[in-house]
Amino acid sequence: MVPTSHYLIISGAIFAIGAVGVLTRRNALIILMCVELMLNSVNLSLIALSRQWNNLGGQVFVFMIMAAAAAEVAVGLAILISHMRHTDTANIDEFRLLKW
Amino acid sequence: MSASLVFFIVVAAVSLTSALGVVTSRWPIHSALFMLVNFITLAVFYVTLGAQFLAAAQVIIYAGGIVILILFVVMLIGSEKIGGPSGHRLWTPYAGVALGVLMLATMLYTFASSLLGEPGTADAIEAGHPKAVGMALFTQYILPIEMAAVLLLVALIGALLLARQPKAGS
Repeated sequence: MVPTSHYLIISGAIFAIGAVGVLTRRNALIILMCVELMLNSVNLSLIALSRQWNNLGGQVFVFMIMAAAAAEVAVGLAILISHMRHTDTANIDEFRLLKW
Repeated sequence: MSASLVFFIVVAAVSLTSALGVVTSRWPIHSALFMLVNFITLAVFYVTLGAQFLAAAQVIIYAGGIVILILFVVMLIGSEKIGGPSGHRLWTPYAGVALGVLMLATMLYTFASSLLGEPGTADAIEAGHPKAVGMALFTQYILPIEMAAVLLLVALIGALLLARQPKAGS
């Protein structure tokens, strides 16, 4: 059986890669994808720890995270589409309508 | 080096490579396809961890829902408008990668002490069975299920309203 720490290391690595993507990329769609990567890494670590401590609450929580992530992606993409209708760019440096 | 450890290393290599592909791809279509591969490798991880219901839910919701949604948006917007990254502020990629490496190093430092720890019990294989998860979801966790349903309804209505074509008069 693969130890839990290995799954946690993979989860941490995917989270770090997603975080670097959110910090580095300037395309709003890529940033949304990197946020999904981070959410999935947390899912992996929750399921690994749920197996280690034999607690089903971890897997139920992952199900809730999946539902919340699906809702968030839908609304985020709708916001992106409606913004691109006005400004014709997906570069987040150009998203400055709320700036003072 | 048992067979399950070799399998884990292979799947982990594919998962990390596809995650790097999501972050470093020049075209959003490539990022979306790399993300699809990453989600499928994560579903394989869930199966090895004994969470069969969540592996199926991962494929259905993420690979079969969210990736399709993102591909629709890329095709709707037109991928020539959202091409590669622009070139100003040259120091930000290096700062981002440095911060990511620092975060990964702190995480590995936290996990490194438990690399030689106990591997855990093997009697949790039945725990991720759909029947067990379903029983837990609909008896003990019924309130989060209902709230997730309301959340999805609100998100559906919100996405419909936000992405609607603006009327000619307004």
